Amino acid sequence: MKRIISVLMENAPGSLSRIVGLFSQRGYNVDSLCVAPTDDSSLSRLTIITHGDDKAIEQITKQVNKLIDVLRVVDLTENAHIERELMLIKVLTPTDAIRAEVKRNVDIFRARIVDVNASNYTIEITGTTEKLDAFADTMKQSAEIIESSRTGVCGLARGERALRVS
Amino acid sequence: MKMMSGAAMVVEALKDVGVELVFGYPGGAVLDIYDALFAQDQVKHVLVRHEQAAAHMADGYARSTGKTGTVLVTSGPGATNTITGIATAYMDSIPMVILSGQVPSMHIGEDAFQETDMVGCSRPIVKHSFLVKKATDIPQAIAKAYYIANTGRPGPVVVDLPKDLVNIADEHPYVFPDDVTMRSYQPTLKGHNKQIKKAVEVLLSAKRPVMYVGGGAITAEADSRLIGLAEKLNLPVTCTLMGLGAFPGTHCQSLGMLGMHGTLEANKTMHNSDCILALGARFDDRVTNNVAKFCPNATIIHVDIDPTSISKTVNAHIPVVGSVDKVLDQLESHIGDIDEQQQKHKLSEWWEQIEQWRAKKCLNYAKGVDQIKPQEVIESLYKHTDGKAFVSSDVGQHQMFAALYYPFAKPRQWINSGGLGTMGFGLPAAMGVQFANPNAISAVVTGDGSIQMNIQELSTCLQYNLPIKVISLNNRALGMVRQWQDMIYKGRHSHSYMESMPDFVKLAEAYGHVGIRVNHPDELDDAMRECFSHTDRLVFMDIAVDQNEHVYPMQIKYGAMDDMRLSKTERT
Repeated sequence: MKRIISVLMENAPGSLSRIVGLFSQRGYNVDSLCVAPTDDSSLSRLTIITHGDDKAIEQITKQVNKLIDVLRVVDLTENAHIERELMLIKVLTPTDAIRAEVKRNVDIFRARIVDVNASNYTIEITGTTEKLDAFADTMKQSAEIIESSRTGVCGLARGERALRVS
Repeated sequence: MKMMSGAAMVVEALKDVGVELVFGYPGGAVLDIYDALFAQDQVKHVLVRHEQAAAHMADGYARSTGKTGTVLVTSGPGATNTITGIATAYMDSIPMVILSGQVPSMHIGEDAFQETDMVGCSRPIVKHSFLVKKATDIPQAIAKAYYIANTGRPGPVVVDLPKDLVNIADEHPYVFPDDVTMRSYQPTLKGHNKQIKKAVEVLLSAKRPVMYVGGGAITAEADSRLIGLAEKLNLPVTCTLMGLGAFPGTHCQSLGMLGMHGTLEANKTMHNSDCILALGARFDDRVTNNVAKFCPNATIIHVDIDPTSISKTVNAHIPVVGSVDKVLDQLESHIGDIDEQQQKHKLSEWWEQIEQWRAKKCLNYAKGVDQIKPQEVIESLYKHTDGKAFVSSDVGQHQMFAALYYPFAKPRQWINSGGLGTMGFGLPAAMGVQFANPNAISAVVTGDGSIQMNIQELSTCLQYNLPIKVISLNNRALGMVRQWQDMIYKGRHSHSYMESMPDFVKLAEAYGHVGIRVNHPDELDDAMRECFSHTDRLVFMDIAVDQNEHVYPMQIKYGAMDDMRLSKTERT
């Protein structure tokens, strides 16, 4: 089952390599990884998408928590949460018909065209992984995809729950 | 504010954290630090012959005292040579700090001479590591390293020091931190009260309880509490390879070691129990055998300071995160006053059953007529040291014989590489023990394979006059490998024997020590007496033992805990 593990850790050199190393060392899966400093610049927040049974996920959260630089770990999937991912996708638009079809789909998915060239559009879309997958599939049917890049998922718990240093 | 060079800061910080002894080897990147060491005599330095041995010495020093061991090595090969020693300490949760030199900051990443990414190389086998970026950060990094290494579940910590930071020509203000606590590192020591309550309920209502004690009990110095609780509740106690001595092997409630080469009574008791109180043990595969068949009727109370150890392999019904000493105090106070006679009576049937298993005397063996049996050697060692020696061990058959035939009465007496199984560990570990305990007997039980993996340290022993007793069980083969080849590979001894064995007596003598060769069972007692009569010399006992002896009991692969071979012909 897919899980979203959110990690709050010291924004120190080498911290990220410890997390990444831990996953490969212990044979855990990483489907995506998203990391950046938080509003408090001394902290980084990571969101790891992984999958495994309950026992594996329990070990993953415990092992990540055990790293000295890590302050908090939470499995967001356990409760209501918001997850978002951003994708940039560049598609070939050689004809008016293709341009129109791409534009129509962009509107339907509430994506945005962020760069226009003689022969291609670059589109930005934000949403859940499923939405991005669906958009990419749709694009594939109407135009040739030149390249795409995704940020990986980041997420927050809904409501009052929060991952912060108390 | 004191002004000093980065190199002087390293030494000053070591003094401030209370380090007395450093095991190391100089080289280009740490010459400044060695210069600073030269200028003082508070922090003593032991010059080893190979950096791997430095780490094992620091390890033996730490295991025998509970203090953090310290290693100082240069960059590149100096640092990478310590890797096996670091991994050994990591697997067995031993507090150690490794100070490694690094090429100057501006050359990091350039594949400079003797450059390796030590923080990267060691990452999977350290509790934490620091690559120091500014000279003024040195005291803080060192203080934190020692704090992390020896709190919570202990482990090795690497501090990588680029050469430009420790330059003796540049002075910086030295500030040793008052406080090294970290918001991201706060080990849980006390067990959760709700869990303690549940544990006590299960423990008191159990009809067939057993206490399963691991190395965590030694780390937590919980031995007297263990004896207290075991006696109060009349519990049978078994120790893991790492836990030997945490509960006295000589105590009437001790069942000895459990697991792959555990005693029949220990494994039977575990398998048939209805409640296992696991204290600082981690349900390692060398204990559980097939997890799916593990102790089917037992409610498992698992006490460990490291949450990742709990329910990693075997599911715990009542997990308790905390240090063994604190949790034992909590259990004790929660149990309060009970009628000990009634408790004894309640478990009398269970004990009767255990006594029947004990009566099988699974450690009996046929004494040698022409050839010395390895078991006899350990029994003789026990006799001649009055059971009071520090016994370090290498890895292989001799290790298991020592674990089974030398009942350790005190914690920290038994020093072995349990988790990683590092051949070459024994001699340097025994040296670390001897440095830390100059007046004690430090013996190493080894074999002709293991001893040759760090034999160069015999030279260090002479330099520092370490009167270690090397008890080498020489069977002209890699015994444990050979045993498995006999049992599983139909006796095909693929590369498990050595055809060019050195003359160990001459070798010992060449290094300036006493060498004694023992060939016949009749000579053993006298030879052992002679060995221990040399109180101020290192004695190398080269004892020819029966090559065909196997270690028994032995669990049968894929079976339950109590599926065991008791001899070459008998099984449970």
